Amino acid sequence: MSLNYDQAIEKYEPTLGLEVHVELNTKSKMFCGCATEFGAQPNTQTCPVCLGLPGALPVVNKKAIESSILIGLALNCSIAPFSRFARKNYFYPDMPKNFQTSQYDEPICVNGFLDVEVETDEGMKTFRIEIERVHMEEDTGKSLHVGGSTGRIHGAEYSLLDYNRAGIPLVEIVTKIVPGTGKYAPLVARGYVAALRDILRGLKVSDVKMEQGSLRCDVNLSLSKTGSGKLGTRSETKNVNSLRSVERAVTGEVIRQANRLESGERIVQETRHFLEESGETRPGRSKEQAEDYRYFPEPDLVPVVPDAKWIEELRKSLPEKPADRRARLQTAWGVPDKEMAAMVNAELLDTVEETVLLGADPTKARSWWLGEISRIANDRNVLPTELILVKDVAQVISLIASGELTDKLARQVVEGVIAGEGNPADVINKRGLKVVSDDSALMKAIEDAIAAQPETAERVRSGNIPAAGALIGAVMKATGGQADAAKVRELLLKHLGQ
Amino acid sequence: MAAALNKKEISAVELANQHYDQIAAVDKDVHAFLYLDKEGALAQAKEVDKKRAAGEKLSPLAGVPLALKDVMTQKGVPTTCGSKILEGWKPPYDSTVVSKLKDAGVIILGKTNMDEFAMGSSTENSAYGPTHNPWDLTRIPGGSGGGSSASLAAFEAPLAIGTDTGGSIRQPAAVTGTVGVKPTYGGVSRYGLVAFSSSLDQAGPCARTVLDTALLHQVIAGFDPKDSTSINQAVPDVVAAAKKLDIKGMKIGVVKQLAGDGYQKGVENKFNEAVAELVKLGAEIVEVSCPNFEYALAAYYLIAPSECSSNLARFDSMRFGLRVADNGTKGAEEVMNLTRQAGFGREVKRRIILGTYALSSGYYDAYYGSAQKVRTLIKQDFDAAFTKCDVLVSPTAPTTAFKIGEKSNDPLAMYLNDIATIPVNMAGIGGMSLPCGLAEEDNLPVGFQIMSPAMKDDRMYLVGGALEAALLSKWGKPILDFAPKLAGSK
Amino acid sequence: MAAISRDEVANLARLARITMSDVELDHLAGEMDVILGAVARVQEVAGSDVLPTSHPLAVNNVTREDLVLPSLTPTEALSGAPASDEGRFKVPQILGEE
Repeated sequence: MSLNYDQAIEKYEPTLGLEVHVELNTKSKMFCGCATEFGAQPNTQTCPVCLGLPGALPVVNKKAIESSILIGLALNCSIAPFSRFARKNYFYPDMPKNFQTSQYDEPICVNGFLDVEVETDEGMKTFRIEIERVHMEEDTGKSLHVGGSTGRIHGAEYSLLDYNRAGIPLVEIVTKIVPGTGKYAPLVARGYVAALRDILRGLKVSDVKMEQGSLRCDVNLSLSKTGSGKLGTRSETKNVNSLRSVERAVTGEVIRQANRLESGERIVQETRHFLEESGETRPGRSKEQAEDYRYFPEPDLVPVVPDAKWIEELRKSLPEKPADRRARLQTAWGVPDKEMAAMVNAELLDTVEETVLLGADPTKARSWWLGEISRIANDRNVLPTELILVKDVAQVISLIASGELTDKLARQVVEGVIAGEGNPADVINKRGLKVVSDDSALMKAIEDAIAAQPETAERVRSGNIPAAGALIGAVMKATGGQADAAKVRELLLKHLGQ
Repeated sequence: MAAALNKKEISAVELANQHYDQIAAVDKDVHAFLYLDKEGALAQAKEVDKKRAAGEKLSPLAGVPLALKDVMTQKGVPTTCGSKILEGWKPPYDSTVVSKLKDAGVIILGKTNMDEFAMGSSTENSAYGPTHNPWDLTRIPGGSGGGSSASLAAFEAPLAIGTDTGGSIRQPAAVTGTVGVKPTYGGVSRYGLVAFSSSLDQAGPCARTVLDTALLHQVIAGFDPKDSTSINQAVPDVVAAAKKLDIKGMKIGVVKQLAGDGYQKGVENKFNEAVAELVKLGAEIVEVSCPNFEYALAAYYLIAPSECSSNLARFDSMRFGLRVADNGTKGAEEVMNLTRQAGFGREVKRRIILGTYALSSGYYDAYYGSAQKVRTLIKQDFDAAFTKCDVLVSPTAPTTAFKIGEKSNDPLAMYLNDIATIPVNMAGIGGMSLPCGLAEEDNLPVGFQIMSPAMKDDRMYLVGGALEAALLSKWGKPILDFAPKLAGSK
Repeated sequence: MAAISRDEVANLARLARITMSDVELDHLAGEMDVILGAVARVQEVAGSDVLPTSHPLAVNNVTREDLVLPSLTPTEALSGAPASDEGRFKVPQILGEE
């Protein structure tokens, strides 16, 4: 009998561990001055240092240290007064020196935490994830495997190496083990990575694009029989490329491990690969013997001893915490929880805020971005912000507020901007969408309508207000929909003595 | 030579060609050079001559030829480090030392032979055959920089660059009757110095006289932003020190532990005679004891192999250098394994294995970790000694040049050659070797080692210069004039 | 008693990625024994109160500004490569997953 997730999680308690690698957005690499641009022609951003040529020596990028400290501070870590680089020795063709310059027992930041909010059966619950360490290291080159049946490594004829990425600064964030998540383990894991990503984005130290590899997540999971108090053997799952995959990887591993344990088999401590299509994990390269990294202090680099004053300056420069910011905006805008969550999930909070900062009413800004614009975006499979600029949306909203546009007209304006007809003013001009607000012009249309429907006008005069609808409709038709219906109604009723 | 160049008595091109003639005449016997860059050197020489003719202000050493140990990268010129794994490799960049030499107009004649990856004390570990000591072609010229020192002794070049990790500049200088200096660690940039043991390696100047060595020191030393371990301070005035010749009142410490058993009688005699000369010059002799020096050799042969096991990992056939057995049936790892088997010599493999062991989990504390502690103790010994004296002295090497093949099967016996030089590298201070006579048993050169505190390299030159002058007047002619003339020598 | 066995040396050779014949392994094991015997004496003085020295210079915080400097051209970068293809280093198949 194969257990499903719910069954598995009833019998077993999961313990999580998460390792996240962040590619920093420094202009130059960790130990040399090569550029870090994404997508450059192969081997055009390399030098003796990042190629590991004989005789080359590293020099540390100051900005990378600064970014690492900012990350540590944002995660409530202590900044190590004395920190050192170490060599992690192992062989792999994408590693030019066949050792990675990293940090071992003296990392730059230790002992922090990050609170993750997850929606549970009992409402929102906060899980405090403890951070073991934050340390600096360098990225490897990229290998392209040619030949073989699937193009993956196994069975490839040869491999091609591009070292543009080698030496780009990486920051590794390692959690302490996370017990007690129970059935929410997948959500907690996902929430942690999402929250971390928000913080990193707010710090502007990385563009944190999981699809591009600037944020990578390894998920460690072990199970223990509920109530046994003993920790199980853990597996490590790599190749987890999106928030959804994080959640699915945890779910998948819980199911896999539970079923193995149920059938009496042991869990092997191994590295596994997450498979997008199935949501399952597959064993990685089996290592007959564990690799001994033979760490020792990097003799080519001197220790990092961050000045206390500098750390304080950096602490003061920390932007508002994402959670705090969300709370502040929610209060300021008077947004209910569910809608707040919708905005955050749609990743439109920043966009809405920018629109508000340009003067738009928060509720209007929200409803435009999450409503009409998102609808069109989803249809076309693009991001809302790719369709129209914040300033254009803000302008449309302000035109509605000043009465120059009705909601209906505004929708046409937005369509026009999205279709590439220019900015709102351009579209209004080209399509002639301005609200007819000139009272005399409106009055003319109203008088025409009354003249054309004298009986209806008479009914309104005698108190049948709803009957005005037909007249209003006629006026709207006559003005090509560009009259402000509310204004028309006001003028009409007044004219008819109501 | 620089003076002659300056007075236009001879051109840089002529000077270079004269040296190439000498090389052509004697190097078939000495085998100091692995590669001669005639094209590059003569082009550089022409440039210097042109500038001089135009009246431009030139560096003091402009136009003077030099031999470069094949461990320093020189753009477009084969750099082998004495190994098969780098046969024919032409670096795409210049080491900082080479850049400085080029800027100063020094003419790099070619690359000299060395023990493979600087591991050795006799140049017998070169994959390209040993170099022969010009004093006696059946004997070793020292190592790992035997080629550089031999080229000086054979008058193939007036200046040379070596590198010193455990004595590889000083010991060859000692057994060839030349001068060699290991500057304070960090004094000369290591950018482009193919790393053997990163926390011990240092490039340094070699020449036939103390003053020439100082002139070269001045050119190559200095802060380099590309080397995180380079000293960010002004280079002490070593040239002025070399010329001063006044050591009255200086306190010279003789290290108790660097004498006695294991030291050839003739070596000790010449050392003691030289110490007596220093007294005649007005210096005061102090006996110092550095008990932790007894552990220096052991610590060195843990630290250096450990660092080298990591430094040499990059030689994996993927990006440069030798690649064997790539016939489409073998995976990357196997090709890596086979290439390293074919490309590295026995000593290199030995040290890689030793280093891998010393760093392994479970053994780290007992071996590498302990060795790093010994390093602290050695530094403390030096610090204590330097409170009592200005410089320390000892024989550079325990013996004179031994016969080729004599010690090559006994690694430990070979390692003992470095027993007096190693403490200097462990502490990172400066060390010089200059000739102090010929041992009576075999009429072979003996080296006198002077050790100065970190960042006070000028002191070595001060004492060395004074001693050299005193010995010169005692002997009546430079020591190399006592060497047998090489067949064909110009 | 041997300080190091031939199997241990074989494992070290594997870690160091150097193929060695059985003869070589045996020989090396013997040499390692002798050498390790000689160097082990560092433990005699390496007390727990002694701090290790990793750097001869007592300097900290050597860094560089985050500026882009010229790289090598791809031709220069690939100049030493035993094999290359379309601007990339060509290496034999890498077996096994990362």
